[in-house]
Amino acid sequence: MRRGFLLMMILAACNPEPSRFGFGRAATVREIDSLNISITPDGKGLPVGSGNAALGQVLYTSKCAACHGATGTEVSNNRLVAVFGDTVKAKTIGNYWPYATTVFDYIRRAMPYNSPGSLTNEEVYSLTAFLLWRNGIIDSTKEINAHNLAAVVMPAKTLYINDDRRGGDEIR
Amino acid sequence: MSNKIPRRTWLKAAAVTAVASLVGNTRAEPQDPTKTQGASPGKLGSRSPFEQPEKKPSDISSRTPLQDLYGTITPSDLHFERSHAGVPVIDPEKYELLIHGMVERPMIFRLKDLKRFPAFSRIAFIECSGNFRTGKTTMTPQEICGLTSQSEWTGVMLSTLFREVGVSPKASWFLAEGSDAAVMTRSIPVSKGLEDGMIAYAQNGEAIRPQQGYPARLFLPGWEGNTNVKWIRRIELSDQPFMTREETSKYTETVKDGKIRQFSFDMDARSVITYPSYPQQVEKGWIEIRGIAWSGRGKIDSVEVSTDAGKNWTKAILQEPVLDKAHTYFRHLWRWDGQTTEIMSRAIDDTGYRQPTLQQLINARGTDMGGYHVNPVTAWVLQQDGTVLFKPEKWK
Ligand code: HEC
Repeated sequence: MRRGFLLMMILAACNPEPSRFGFGRAATVREIDSLNISITPDGKGLPVGSGNAALGQVLYTSKCAACHGATGTEVSNNRLVAVFGDTVKAKTIGNYWPYATTVFDYIRRAMPYNSPGSLTNEEVYSLTAFLLWRNGIIDSTKEINAHNLAAVVMPAKTLYINDDRRGGDEIR
Repeated sequence: MSNKIPRRTWLKAAAVTAVASLVGNTRAEPQDPTKTQGASPGKLGSRSPFEQPEKKPSDISSRTPLQDLYGTITPSDLHFERSHAGVPVIDPEKYELLIHGMVERPMIFRLKDLKRFPAFSRIAFIECSGNFRTGKTTMTPQEICGLTSQSEWTGVMLSTLFREVGVSPKASWFLAEGSDAAVMTRSIPVSKGLEDGMIAYAQNGEAIRPQQGYPARLFLPGWEGNTNVKWIRRIELSDQPFMTREETSKYTETVKDGKIRQFSFDMDARSVITYPSYPQQVEKGWIEIRGIAWSGRGKIDSVEVSTDAGKNWTKAILQEPVLDKAHTYFRHLWRWDGQTTEIMSRAIDDTGYRQPTLQQLINARGTDMGGYHVNPVTAWVLQQDGTVLFKPEKWK
Protein backbone atom coordinates (compact mmCIF):
# COMPACT_ATOMS: atom_id res chain seq x y z
CA MET A 1 0.00 0.00 0.00
CA ARG A 2 2.69 2.47 1.04
CA ARG A 3 4.94 1.36 -1.77
CA GLY A 4 2.12 1.87 -4.25
CA PHE A 5 1.55 5.35 -2.90
CA LEU A 6 5.24 6.22 -3.16
CA LEU A 7 5.37 4.91 -6.71
CA MET A 8 2.40 7.05 -7.65
CA MET A 9 4.07 10.10 -6.16
CA ILE A 10 7.23 9.44 -8.13
CA LEU A 11 5.33 8.88 -11.37
CA ALA A 12 3.34 12.03 -10.84
CA ALA A 13 6.53 13.96 -10.22
CA CYS A 14 8.09 12.65 -13.43
CA ASN A 15 5.20 13.63 -15.62
CA PRO A 16 3.22 16.48 -14.19
CA GLU A 17 0.25 17.69 -16.22
CA PRO A 18 -0.45 21.35 -15.73
CA SER A 19 -4.03 22.32 -14.95
CA ARG A 20 -3.91 24.28 -18.20
CA PHE A 21 -1.55 24.09 -21.15
CA GLY A 22 -2.55 27.41 -22.67
CA PHE A 23 -2.93 25.93 -26.16
CA GLY A 24 -5.70 27.18 -28.44
CA ARG A 25 -7.34 30.57 -28.20
CA ALA A 26 -10.41 32.11 -26.62
CA ALA A 27 -13.51 31.91 -28.82
CA THR A 28 -15.33 35.20 -29.34
CA VAL A 29 -19.09 35.50 -28.92
CA ARG A 30 -19.29 36.18 -32.63
CA GLU A 31 -17.41 33.02 -33.51
CA ILE A 32 -19.62 30.97 -31.23
CA ASP A 33 -22.84 32.50 -32.60
CA SER A 34 -21.80 31.87 -36.18
CA LEU A 35 -21.43 28.13 -35.52
CA ASN A 36 -23.93 27.46 -32.78
CA ILE A 37 -27.11 26.15 -34.35
CA SER A 38 -28.12 23.68 -31.68
CA ILE A 39 -31.60 23.51 -30.26
CA THR A 40 -32.60 21.75 -27.05
CA PRO A 41 -36.01 20.07 -26.65
CA ASP A 42 -37.15 22.95 -24.41
CA GLY A 43 -36.80 25.25 -27.42
CA LYS A 44 -33.58 26.97 -26.39
CA GLY A 45 -31.65 27.96 -29.52
CA LEU A 46 -34.68 28.32 -31.82
CA PRO A 47 -34.18 31.38 -34.03
CA VAL A 48 -36.64 34.23 -34.51
CA GLY A 49 -39.17 33.66 -37.25
CA SER A 50 -42.38 31.75 -37.82
CA GLY A 51 -44.21 29.73 -40.43
CA ASN A 52 -47.34 27.76 -41.21
CA ALA A 53 -48.47 24.65 -43.04
CA ALA A 54 -49.90 26.48 -46.06
CA LEU A 55 -46.59 28.13 -46.83
CA GLY A 56 -44.83 24.90 -45.96
CA GLN A 57 -46.88 22.93 -48.45
CA VAL A 58 -45.71 25.12 -51.33
CA LEU A 59 -42.09 24.76 -50.26
CA TYR A 60 -42.48 21.03 -49.71
CA THR A 61 -43.87 20.49 -53.19
CA SER A 62 -41.00 22.28 -54.87
CA LYS A 63 -38.08 21.26 -52.61
CA CYS A 64 -38.91 17.97 -50.91
CA ALA A 65 -41.58 16.00 -52.76
CA ALA A 66 -39.17 14.65 -55.39
CA CYS A 67 -37.53 12.44 -52.76
CA HIS A 68 -40.13 12.12 -50.02
CA GLY A 69 -43.28 11.76 -52.16
CA ALA A 70 -46.03 14.22 -53.05
CA THR A 71 -47.67 14.00 -49.63
CA GLY A 72 -44.86 12.43 -47.59
CA THR A 73 -46.43 8.98 -47.68
CA GLU A 74 -45.42 7.64 -51.10
CA VAL A 75 -41.94 6.28 -50.35
CA SER A 76 -40.92 3.60 -47.86
CA ASN A 77 -37.37 4.87 -47.35
CA ASN A 78 -37.41 8.08 -45.33
CA ARG A 79 -41.16 8.27 -45.35
CA LEU A 80 -42.07 11.37 -43.37
CA VAL A 81 -45.80 11.04 -42.77
CA ALA A 82 -47.90 8.48 -40.86
CA VAL A 83 -50.34 9.35 -38.12
CA PHE A 84 -49.67 7.86 -34.68
CA GLY A 85 -51.67 4.71 -34.08
CA ASP A 86 -52.34 3.67 -37.66
CA THR A 87 -50.93 0.46 -39.14
CA VAL A 88 -48.01 1.92 -41.09
CA LYS A 89 -44.77 0.05 -40.28
CA ALA A 90 -42.42 2.82 -41.42
CA LYS A 91 -41.11 5.06 -38.67
CA THR A 92 -42.19 8.62 -39.25
CA ILE A 93 -42.36 11.99 -37.55
CA GLY A 94 -45.94 11.21 -36.50
CA ASN A 95 -45.46 7.75 -35.11
CA TYR A 96 -41.87 7.80 -33.90
CA TRP A 97 -40.34 11.24 -33.26
CA PRO A 98 -40.45 12.31 -29.59
CA TYR A 99 -39.73 16.06 -29.98
CA ALA A 100 -40.99 18.67 -32.43
CA THR A 101 -37.78 20.71 -32.04
CA THR A 102 -35.89 17.88 -33.73
CA VAL A 103 -37.91 18.38 -36.92
CA PHE A 104 -36.78 22.00 -37.17
CA ASP A 105 -33.20 21.19 -36.19
CA TYR A 106 -32.77 18.34 -38.63
CA ILE A 107 -34.33 20.07 -41.64
CA ARG A 108 -32.20 23.14 -41.02
CA ARG A 109 -29.01 21.06 -40.74
CA ALA A 110 -29.41 18.51 -43.43
CA MET A 111 -32.29 19.11 -45.86
CA PRO A 112 -32.96 19.31 -48.72
CA TYR A 113 -30.46 16.51 -49.19
CA ASN A 114 -29.32 17.90 -52.53
CA SER A 115 -28.84 21.41 -51.13
CA PRO A 116 -28.30 21.26 -47.36
CA GLY A 117 -28.17 24.54 -45.47
CA SER A 118 -30.01 26.43 -48.21
CA LEU A 119 -33.27 27.16 -46.37
CA THR A 120 -34.06 30.32 -44.41
CA ASN A 121 -35.29 30.00 -40.83
CA GLU A 122 -38.75 31.14 -41.96
CA GLU A 123 -38.84 28.37 -44.57
CA VAL A 124 -37.77 25.79 -41.99
CA TYR A 125 -40.57 26.91 -39.65
CA SER A 126 -43.11 26.52 -42.44
CA LEU A 127 -41.82 23.11 -43.48
CA THR A 128 -41.89 22.03 -39.84
CA ALA A 129 -45.48 23.25 -39.51
CA PHE A 130 -46.44 21.46 -42.72
CA LEU A 131 -44.94 18.13 -41.62
CA LEU A 132 -46.45 18.38 -38.13
CA TRP A 133 -49.86 19.10 -39.68
CA ARG A 134 -49.57 16.26 -42.20
CA ASN A 135 -48.72 13.91 -39.33
CA GLY A 136 -51.91 14.89 -37.52
CA ILE A 137 -50.10 16.68 -34.70
CA ILE A 138 -51.08 20.33 -35.19
CA ASP A 139 -53.86 22.27 -36.85
CA SER A 140 -53.39 23.38 -40.45
CA THR A 141 -53.68 27.04 -39.46
CA LYS A 142 -51.30 27.06 -36.51
CA GLU A 143 -48.46 29.56 -36.74
CA ILE A 144 -45.25 27.88 -35.53
CA ASN A 145 -42.46 29.94 -33.94
CA ALA A 146 -39.64 29.94 -31.37
CA HIS A 147 -42.09 30.24 -28.48
CA ASN A 148 -44.54 27.46 -29.23
CA LEU A 149 -42.64 24.75 -31.14
CA ALA A 150 -41.19 23.10 -28.01
CA ALA A 151 -44.69 22.92 -26.51
CA VAL A 152 -46.04 20.79 -29.37
CA VAL A 153 -46.74 17.37 -27.86
CA MET A 154 -45.43 14.48 -29.92
CA PRO A 155 -47.53 11.34 -29.42
CA ALA A 156 -44.62 8.88 -29.59
CA LYS A 157 -42.77 10.54 -26.74
CA THR A 158 -44.36 8.35 -24.08
CA LEU A 159 -42.90 5.24 -25.74
CA TYR A 160 -39.28 6.15 -25.06
CA ILE A 161 -37.25 4.44 -22.35
CA ASN A 162 -33.58 4.78 -21.53
CA ASP A 163 -31.15 2.00 -22.34
CA ASP A 164 -31.64 -0.74 -19.77
CA ARG A 165 -28.85 -3.05 -20.88
CA ARG A 166 -26.16 -3.29 -18.23
CA GLY A 167 -23.87 -6.12 -19.30
CA GLY A 168 -23.68 -9.14 -17.00
CA ASP A 169 -25.52 -12.41 -17.39
CA GLU A 170 -28.72 -11.14 -18.99
CA ILE A 171 -30.03 -10.35 -22.46
CA ARG A 172 -32.05 -7.20 -22.93
CA MET B 1 -10.68 -14.59 -52.36
CA SER B 2 -10.34 -14.38 -56.08
CA ASN B 3 -7.07 -14.72 -57.90
CA LYS B 4 -8.15 -12.56 -60.78
CA ILE B 5 -5.86 -9.63 -61.15
CA PRO B 6 -6.96 -6.48 -62.92
CA ARG B 7 -5.02 -6.26 -66.11
CA ARG B 8 -3.60 -2.81 -65.38
CA THR B 9 -2.23 -3.77 -61.98
CA TRP B 10 -0.80 -6.88 -63.53
CA LEU B 11 0.87 -5.06 -66.35
CA LYS B 12 2.37 -2.51 -63.97
CA ALA B 13 3.76 -5.19 -61.70
CA ALA B 14 5.07 -7.18 -64.60
CA ALA B 15 6.61 -4.13 -66.20
CA VAL B 16 8.46 -3.18 -63.04
CA THR B 17 9.72 -6.61 -62.14
CA ALA B 18 10.67 -7.71 -65.59
CA VAL B 19 11.32 -4.74 -67.78
CA ALA B 20 12.67 -6.87 -70.53
CA SER B 21 9.90 -9.42 -70.43
CA LEU B 22 7.25 -9.82 -73.05
CA VAL B 23 4.58 -7.32 -72.15
CA GLY B 24 2.37 -7.27 -75.13
CA ASN B 25 -0.95 -8.65 -76.04
CA THR B 26 -0.26 -11.88 -74.28
CA ARG B 27 -0.54 -11.97 -70.52
CA ALA B 28 2.95 -12.31 -69.01
CA GLU B 29 3.40 -15.01 -66.40
CA PRO B 30 5.61 -14.14 -63.40
CA GLN B 31 9.18 -15.13 -64.08
CA ASP B 32 11.42 -17.13 -61.80
CA PRO B 33 12.04 -14.44 -59.15
CA THR B 34 15.53 -15.78 -58.44
CA LYS B 35 16.67 -15.04 -61.97
CA THR B 36 15.86 -11.32 -62.38
CA GLN B 37 16.28 -8.25 -60.18
CA GLY B 38 13.17 -7.26 -58.29
CA ALA B 39 11.50 -3.86 -58.09
CA SER B 40 13.49 -0.94 -56.62
CA PRO B 41 12.61 0.57 -53.24
CA GLY B 42 9.69 2.97 -53.61
CA LYS B 43 7.99 5.88 -51.88
CA LEU B 44 4.86 3.97 -50.99
CA GLY B 45 4.31 0.33 -50.27
CA SER B 46 1.63 -1.59 -52.12
CA ARG B 47 -0.32 -4.77 -51.79
CA SER B 48 0.80 -7.80 -53.73
CA PRO B 49 -1.13 -7.82 -56.99
CA PHE B 50 -2.19 -11.32 -55.97
CA GLU B 51 -4.12 -9.94 -52.97
CA GLN B 52 -7.30 -7.98 -53.63
CA PRO B 53 -9.23 -7.45 -50.40
CA GLU B 54 -11.98 -4.91 -50.96
CA LYS B 55 -14.62 -3.08 -49.01
CA LYS B 56 -18.19 -3.63 -50.11
CA PRO B 57 -19.94 -0.31 -50.65
CA SER B 58 -23.63 0.55 -50.69
CA ASP B 59 -25.12 4.03 -50.97
CA ILE B 60 -24.69 4.73 -47.26
CA SER B 61 -21.90 2.48 -46.02
CA SER B 62 -18.98 0.30 -46.99
CA ARG B 63 -18.06 -2.92 -45.24
CA THR B 64 -14.77 -4.43 -44.06
CA PRO B 65 -13.85 -7.78 -45.67
CA LEU B 66 -13.52 -9.61 -42.34
CA GLN B 67 -13.10 -12.96 -44.09
CA ASP B 68 -9.93 -11.75 -45.84
CA LEU B 69 -8.19 -10.39 -42.74
CA TYR B 70 -5.83 -11.89 -40.15
CA GLY B 71 -5.25 -10.80 -36.57
CA THR B 72 -7.10 -7.78 -35.27
CA ILE B 73 -5.91 -4.57 -36.94
CA THR B 74 -7.97 -3.44 -39.91
CA PRO B 75 -5.77 -1.96 -42.65
CA SER B 76 -6.86 1.68 -42.79
CA ASP B 77 -8.04 1.49 -46.39
CA LEU B 78 -10.32 -1.41 -45.43
CA HIS B 79 -11.88 0.30 -42.39
CA PHE B 80 -15.66 0.31 -42.70
CA GLU B 81 -17.43 3.55 -43.62
CA ARG B 82 -20.79 4.96 -42.68
CA SER B 83 -21.78 8.54 -43.24
CA HIS B 84 -25.01 10.47 -43.51
CA ALA B 85 -23.96 12.93 -46.18
CA GLY B 86 -20.80 11.58 -47.75
CA VAL B 87 -17.14 12.26 -47.00
CA PRO B 88 -16.24 15.97 -46.80
CA VAL B 89 -12.90 17.45 -47.83
CA ILE B 90 -11.47 19.50 -44.95
CA ASP B 91 -8.33 21.63 -45.16
CA PRO B 92 -6.25 20.81 -42.05
CA GLU B 93 -4.89 24.36 -42.01
CA LYS B 94 -8.42 25.77 -41.73
CA TYR B 95 -9.71 23.12 -39.35
CA GLU B 96 -10.96 24.37 -35.98
CA LEU B 97 -12.66 22.71 -33.02
CA LEU B 98 -14.87 24.98 -30.91
CA ILE B 99 -15.66 23.95 -27.32
CA HIS B 100 -18.26 26.12 -25.60
CA GLY B 101 -21.49 26.10 -23.61
CA MET B 102 -21.20 25.32 -19.89
CA VAL B 103 -17.48 26.03 -19.69
CA GLU B 104 -15.40 28.72 -18.02
CA ARG B 105 -13.47 29.55 -21.17
CA PRO B 106 -15.00 28.86 -24.58
CA MET B 107 -12.05 28.01 -26.80
CA ILE B 108 -11.04 27.21 -30.36
CA PHE B 109 -8.35 24.66 -31.13
CA ARG B 110 -6.66 24.30 -34.47
CA LEU B 111 -5.36 20.89 -35.51
CA LYS B 112 -1.83 21.87 -34.54
CA ASP B 113 -3.09 22.98 -31.12
CA LEU B 114 -4.72 19.58 -30.58
CA LYS B 115 -1.45 17.89 -31.50
CA ARG B 116 0.49 19.83 -28.85
CA PHE B 117 -1.48 18.25 -26.01
CA PRO B 118 -0.29 14.94 -24.54
CA ALA B 119 -0.90 12.30 -27.24
CA PHE B 120 -2.71 9.18 -26.16
CA SER B 121 -2.91 5.97 -28.25
CA ARG B 122 -5.10 2.93 -27.89
CA ILE B 123 -6.14 -0.01 -30.00
CA ALA B 124 -9.89 -0.44 -30.07
CA PHE B 125 -12.74 -1.27 -32.42
CA ILE B 126 -15.48 0.93 -33.81
CA GLU B 127 -18.69 -0.83 -34.76
CA CYS B 128 -21.84 0.58 -36.32
CA SER B 129 -24.81 -0.34 -34.15
CA GLY B 130 -26.77 -1.32 -37.27
CA ASN B 131 -24.37 -4.19 -37.95
CA PHE B 132 -26.48 -7.24 -38.68
CA ARG B 133 -27.69 -8.58 -42.00
CA THR B 134 -29.24 -11.94 -42.74
CA GLY B 135 -31.50 -13.51 -45.34
CA LYS B 136 -29.59 -15.98 -47.53
CA THR B 137 -26.96 -18.68 -47.20
CA THR B 138 -24.45 -17.10 -49.57
CA MET B 139 -23.42 -14.28 -47.25
CA THR B 140 -19.88 -13.46 -46.12
CA PRO B 141 -18.84 -12.15 -42.68
CA GLN B 142 -18.39 -8.83 -44.51
CA GLU B 143 -22.03 -8.84 -45.57
CA ILE B 144 -23.37 -10.08 -42.23
CA CYS B 145 -21.33 -7.89 -39.86
CA GLY B 146 -18.65 -6.00 -41.79
CA LEU B 147 -19.43 -2.69 -40.09
CA THR B 148 -16.79 -3.27 -37.43
CA SER B 149 -13.10 -2.42 -37.77
CA GLN B 150 -10.15 -1.91 -35.50
CA SER B 151 -7.33 0.62 -35.49
CA GLU B 152 -4.76 2.15 -33.24
CA TRP B 153 -6.19 5.62 -32.59
CA THR B 154 -4.06 8.52 -31.41
CA GLY B 155 -5.26 11.86 -30.16
CA VAL B 156 -5.90 14.03 -27.16
CA MET B 157 -8.02 12.84 -24.25
CA LEU B 158 -11.27 14.73 -23.85
CA SER B 159 -10.53 14.96 -20.11
CA THR B 160 -7.49 17.08 -21.01
CA LEU B 161 -9.52 19.38 -23.28
CA PHE B 162 -12.35 19.60 -20.75
CA ARG B 163 -9.84 20.73 -18.10
CA GLU B 164 -8.39 23.25 -20.53
CA VAL B 165 -11.76 24.94 -21.10
CA GLY B 166 -12.94 24.49 -17.51
CA VAL B 167 -16.08 22.39 -17.93
CA SER B 168 -18.70 23.33 -15.35
CA PRO B 169 -19.38 20.64 -12.74
CA LYS B 170 -23.08 21.13 -13.62
CA ALA B 171 -22.58 20.07 -17.25
CA SER B 172 -23.88 16.54 -17.73
CA TRP B 173 -24.08 16.20 -21.54
CA PHE B 174 -22.21 17.50 -24.53
CA LEU B 175 -23.19 17.84 -28.13
CA ALA B 176 -20.68 16.62 -30.72
CA GLU B 177 -21.17 18.14 -34.16
CA GLY B 178 -19.53 17.15 -37.42
CA SER B 179 -18.74 19.40 -40.37
CA ASP B 180 -20.17 17.13 -43.03
CA ALA B 181 -23.20 18.11 -45.12
CA ALA B 182 -25.51 16.57 -42.50
CA VAL B 183 -23.78 18.63 -39.76
CA MET B 184 -24.33 15.42 -37.84
CA THR B 185 -24.86 15.67 -34.12
CA ARG B 186 -25.05 13.39 -31.10
CA SER B 187 -25.48 14.08 -27.38
CA ILE B 188 -22.97 12.31 -25.15
CA PRO B 189 -22.85 12.12 -21.35
CA VAL B 190 -19.91 14.13 -19.97
CA SER B 191 -19.05 11.10 -17.82
CA LYS B 192 -18.13 9.11 -20.94
CA GLY B 193 -16.01 11.97 -22.23
CA LEU B 194 -14.10 12.04 -18.95
CA GLU B 195 -13.82 8.27 -18.70
CA ASP B 196 -12.08 7.44 -21.99
CA GLY B 197 -13.29 9.77 -24.76
CA MET B 198 -10.75 11.33 -27.07
CA ILE B 199 -10.38 13.56 -30.09
CA ALA B 200 -8.45 11.32 -32.47
CA TYR B 201 -6.36 12.70 -35.30
CA ALA B 202 -4.36 9.61 -36.19
CA GLN B 203 -5.18 6.06 -37.18
CA ASN B 204 -2.63 3.27 -37.42
CA GLY B 205 0.31 5.63 -37.25
CA GLU B 206 -0.76 8.24 -39.80
CA ALA B 207 -3.34 10.97 -40.12
CA ILE B 208 -6.91 9.68 -39.92
CA ARG B 209 -8.34 8.84 -43.33
CA PRO B 210 -11.06 11.14 -44.72
CA GLN B 211 -13.56 8.26 -44.53
CA GLN B 212 -12.80 7.97 -40.79
CA GLY B 213 -13.10 11.68 -40.03
CA TYR B 214 -10.03 13.59 -41.26
CA PRO B 215 -8.65 15.67 -39.75
CA ALA B 216 -10.20 14.85 -36.35
CA ARG B 217 -13.04 12.83 -34.91
CA LEU B 218 -14.59 11.97 -31.60
CA PHE B 219 -13.58 8.52 -30.41
CA LEU B 220 -15.63 6.85 -27.69
CA PRO B 221 -14.24 3.35 -27.14
CA GLY B 222 -16.91 0.65 -27.08
CA TRP B 223 -19.80 2.96 -28.00
CA GLU B 224 -21.97 2.65 -31.07
CA GLY B 225 -20.22 3.92 -34.19
CA ASN B 226 -22.53 6.85 -34.81
CA THR B 227 -21.58 8.52 -31.52
CA ASN B 228 -17.95 8.69 -32.69
CA VAL B 229 -18.72 11.89 -34.62
CA LYS B 230 -16.36 12.34 -37.56
CA TRP B 231 -15.00 15.64 -38.91
CA ILE B 232 -15.85 17.12 -35.51
CA ARG B 233 -16.07 20.90 -35.45
CA ARG B 234 -17.97 21.78 -32.29
CA ILE B 235 -18.55 20.51 -28.77
CA GLU B 236 -21.20 22.21 -26.64
CA LEU B 237 -21.46 21.44 -22.94
CA SER B 238 -25.01 21.36 -21.58
CA ASP B 239 -27.15 20.11 -18.70
CA GLN B 240 -29.47 18.11 -20.96
CA PRO B 241 -29.32 16.03 -24.14
CA PHE B 242 -30.28 17.79 -27.39
CA MET B 243 -32.48 14.97 -28.76
CA THR B 244 -31.09 15.21 -32.27
CA ARG B 245 -32.49 13.22 -35.16
CA GLU B 246 -29.62 10.71 -34.83
CA GLU B 247 -30.64 9.84 -31.25
CA THR B 248 -34.41 9.78 -31.76
CA SER B 249 -35.55 8.90 -35.28
CA LYS B 250 -32.40 6.80 -35.78
CA TYR B 251 -30.13 4.81 -33.46
CA THR B 252 -33.05 3.93 -31.19
CA GLU B 253 -34.71 0.54 -31.24
CA THR B 254 -38.16 -0.82 -30.62
CA VAL B 255 -38.23 -3.35 -27.82
CA LYS B 256 -41.12 -5.12 -26.08
CA ASP B 257 -44.59 -3.55 -25.72
CA GLY B 258 -43.91 -0.99 -28.42
CA LYS B 259 -41.33 0.79 -26.24
CA ILE B 260 -38.45 2.57 -27.93
CA ARG B 261 -35.03 2.31 -26.34
CA GLN B 262 -32.88 5.43 -26.54
CA PHE B 263 -29.24 6.23 -25.77
CA SER B 264 -28.21 2.60 -26.27
CA PHE B 265 -24.54 3.45 -26.32
CA ASP B 266 -22.62 0.30 -25.36
CA MET B 267 -21.88 -2.29 -28.01
CA ASP B 268 -22.66 -5.71 -26.53
CA ALA B 269 -20.20 -8.58 -26.82
CA ARG B 270 -20.08 -10.40 -30.12
CA SER B 271 -17.96 -12.82 -32.10
CA VAL B 272 -17.84 -14.21 -35.60
CA ILE B 273 -15.91 -17.05 -37.16
CA THR B 274 -14.09 -15.62 -40.16
CA TYR B 275 -12.45 -18.93 -41.13
CA PRO B 276 -14.00 -21.08 -42.31
CA SER B 277 -16.82 -18.95 -43.60
CA TYR B 278 -18.60 -18.32 -46.90
CA PRO B 279 -17.23 -18.29 -49.63
CA GLN B 280 -14.24 -20.33 -48.45
CA GLN B 281 -13.73 -24.01 -49.23
CA VAL B 282 -12.39 -26.49 -46.70
CA GLU B 283 -11.02 -30.03 -46.71
CA LYS B 284 -11.57 -32.91 -44.35
CA GLY B 285 -8.91 -33.13 -41.61
CA TRP B 286 -7.41 -30.49 -39.37
CA ILE B 287 -9.02 -27.08 -39.56
CA GLU B 288 -8.06 -24.16 -37.37
CA ILE B 289 -11.29 -22.28 -36.75
CA ARG B 290 -10.48 -18.56 -36.43
CA GLY B 291 -12.39 -15.41 -35.77
CA ILE B 292 -12.71 -12.21 -33.82
CA ALA B 293 -14.59 -11.40 -30.64
CA TRP B 294 -15.16 -8.01 -29.04
CA SER B 295 -17.15 -6.18 -26.39
CA GLY B 296 -17.89 -2.51 -25.90
CA ARG B 297 -18.11 -3.06 -22.17
CA GLY B 298 -14.60 -4.33 -21.53
CA LYS B 299 -12.36 -7.26 -22.29
CA ILE B 300 -13.30 -10.54 -23.86
CA ASP B 301 -13.22 -13.12 -21.09
CA SER B 302 -13.59 -16.18 -23.32
CA VAL B 303 -14.93 -17.41 -26.62
CA GLU B 304 -16.69 -20.75 -26.89
CA VAL B 305 -16.84 -22.66 -30.14
CA SER B 306 -19.27 -25.40 -31.11
CA THR B 307 -18.67 -27.75 -34.04
CA ASP B 308 -21.90 -29.72 -33.59
CA ALA B 309 -24.61 -27.11 -34.11
CA GLY B 310 -24.52 -25.83 -30.54
CA LYS B 311 -24.77 -29.11 -28.61
CA ASN B 312 -21.26 -28.95 -27.14
CA TRP B 313 -19.05 -25.93 -26.61
CA THR B 314 -15.28 -25.71 -26.12
CA LYS B 315 -13.19 -22.73 -25.07
CA ALA B 316 -11.15 -21.28 -27.90
CA ILE B 317 -7.61 -19.95 -27.48
CA LEU B 318 -7.52 -16.16 -27.20
CA GLN B 319 -4.59 -14.41 -28.84
CA GLU B 320 -2.78 -12.22 -26.32
CA PRO B 321 -2.78 -9.38 -25.59
CA VAL B 322 -6.52 -9.26 -24.90
CA LEU B 323 -7.33 -5.56 -24.92
CA ASP B 324 -10.19 -3.58 -23.46
CA LYS B 325 -12.97 -2.81 -25.98
CA ALA B 326 -10.96 -4.38 -28.76
CA HIS B 327 -11.26 -7.06 -31.39
CA THR B 328 -9.65 -10.19 -29.97
CA TYR B 329 -8.43 -12.99 -32.23
CA PHE B 330 -9.54 -16.49 -31.27
CA ARG B 331 -8.52 -19.89 -32.60
CA HIS B 332 -9.80 -23.40 -32.14
CA LEU B 333 -8.11 -26.45 -33.63
CA TRP B 334 -10.57 -29.04 -34.86
CA ARG B 335 -10.49 -32.23 -36.87
CA TRP B 336 -13.35 -32.33 -39.36
CA ASP B 337 -14.59 -35.78 -40.31
CA GLY B 338 -16.07 -34.49 -43.56
CA GLN B 339 -19.70 -34.87 -42.46
CA THR B 340 -22.12 -31.95 -42.80
CA THR B 341 -22.12 -29.96 -39.58
CA GLU B 342 -22.63 -26.49 -38.16
CA ILE B 343 -19.91 -24.44 -36.50
CA MET B 344 -20.46 -21.32 -34.40
CA SER B 345 -18.87 -19.15 -31.72
CA ARG B 346 -20.10 -17.11 -28.78
CA ALA B 347 -18.27 -14.40 -26.89
CA ILE B 348 -18.34 -13.87 -23.12
CA ASP B 349 -17.03 -10.56 -21.80
CA ASP B 350 -15.62 -9.63 -18.42
CA THR B 351 -19.01 -8.42 -17.18
CA GLY B 352 -20.27 -12.00 -17.59
CA TYR B 353 -22.39 -11.15 -20.63
CA ARG B 354 -22.79 -14.06 -23.03
CA GLN B 355 -23.46 -13.41 -26.73
CA PRO B 356 -27.07 -14.44 -27.39
CA THR B 357 -28.72 -16.33 -30.19
CA LEU B 358 -31.11 -14.44 -32.45
CA GLN B 359 -33.97 -16.26 -30.70
CA GLN B 360 -32.79 -15.05 -27.28
CA LEU B 361 -32.71 -11.49 -28.62
CA ILE B 362 -36.24 -11.85 -30.00
CA ASN B 363 -37.41 -13.33 -26.68
CA ALA B 364 -35.95 -10.34 -24.84
CA ARG B 365 -37.03 -7.60 -27.24
CA GLY B 366 -40.08 -8.97 -29.01
CA THR B 367 -40.68 -9.88 -32.65
CA ASP B 368 -40.82 -6.20 -33.63
CA MET B 369 -37.33 -5.57 -32.31
CA GLY B 370 -35.43 -2.90 -34.16
CA GLY B 371 -32.30 -3.41 -36.23
CA TYR B 372 -29.79 -1.76 -33.90
CA HIS B 373 -27.64 -3.67 -31.40
CA VAL B 374 -28.40 -7.06 -32.89
CA ASN B 375 -25.41 -9.28 -32.09
CA PRO B 376 -26.48 -12.91 -32.50
CA VAL B 377 -24.37 -16.04 -32.62
CA THR B 378 -23.43 -16.65 -36.28
CA ALA B 379 -23.49 -20.23 -37.56
CA TRP B 380 -21.78 -21.67 -40.64
CA VAL B 381 -22.76 -24.94 -42.29
CA LEU B 382 -19.91 -27.09 -43.58
CA GLN B 383 -21.19 -29.32 -46.35
CA GLN B 384 -19.68 -32.62 -47.39
CA ASP B 385 -18.24 -31.10 -50.57
CA GLY B 386 -16.26 -28.61 -48.47
CA THR B 387 -18.41 -25.57 -49.22
CA VAL B 388 -19.24 -23.31 -46.29
CA LEU B 389 -22.61 -21.56 -46.08
CA PHE B 390 -24.10 -19.02 -43.70
CA LYS B 391 -27.09 -20.27 -41.72
CA PRO B 392 -29.68 -17.50 -41.83
CA GLU B 393 -32.42 -17.59 -39.23
CA LYS B 394 -35.96 -16.32 -39.59
CA TRP B 395 -36.50 -12.97 -37.94
CA LYS B 396 -39.24 -10.88 -39.49
C1 HEC C 1 -32.54 14.56 -53.04
C2 HEC C 1 -33.44 13.85 -52.18
C3 HEC C 1 -34.03 14.60 -50.99
C4 HEC C 1 -34.66 15.82 -50.98
C5 HEC C 1 -34.90 16.77 -52.14
C6 HEC C 1 -35.09 16.02 -49.62
N1 HEC C 1 -34.74 14.96 -48.85
FE1 HEC C 1 -35.16 14.74 -46.88
N2 HEC C 1 -34.10 12.99 -46.87
C7 HEC C 1 -33.42 12.45 -47.94
C8 HEC C 1 -32.61 11.36 -47.50
C9 HEC C 1 -31.70 10.47 -48.36
C10 HEC C 1 -32.80 11.25 -46.11
C11 HEC C 1 -32.12 10.27 -45.13
C12 HEC C 1 -30.77 10.84 -44.75
C13 HEC C 1 -30.07 10.01 -43.69
O1 HEC C 1 -30.60 9.01 -43.24
O2 HEC C 1 -28.99 10.40 -43.28
C14 HEC C 1 -33.78 12.27 -45.75
C15 HEC C 1 -34.28 12.46 -44.48
C16 HEC C 1 -35.21 13.42 -44.14
C17 HEC C 1 -35.84 13.53 -42.85
C18 HEC C 1 -35.63 12.59 -41.68
C19 HEC C 1 -36.44 11.33 -41.88
C20 HEC C 1 -36.34 10.37 -40.72
O3 HEC C 1 -37.23 9.51 -40.59
O4 HEC C 1 -35.41 10.43 -39.91
C21 HEC C 1 -36.65 14.63 -42.88
C22 HEC C 1 -37.51 15.15 -41.76
C23 HEC C 1 -36.52 15.20 -44.20
N3 HEC C 1 -35.65 14.44 -44.94
C24 HEC C 1 -37.16 16.34 -44.62
C25 HEC C 1 -36.97 16.92 -45.87
C26 HEC C 1 -37.51 18.19 -46.25
C27 HEC C 1 -38.39 19.07 -45.38
C28 HEC C 1 -37.11 18.42 -47.52
C29 HEC C 1 -37.37 19.63 -48.38
C30 HEC C 1 -36.87 20.88 -47.86
C31 HEC C 1 -36.31 17.29 -47.93
N4 HEC C 1 -36.24 16.40 -46.90
C32 HEC C 1 -35.76 17.15 -49.19
C33 HEC C 1 -33.50 12.87 -49.24
C34 HEC C 1 -34.07 14.07 -49.64
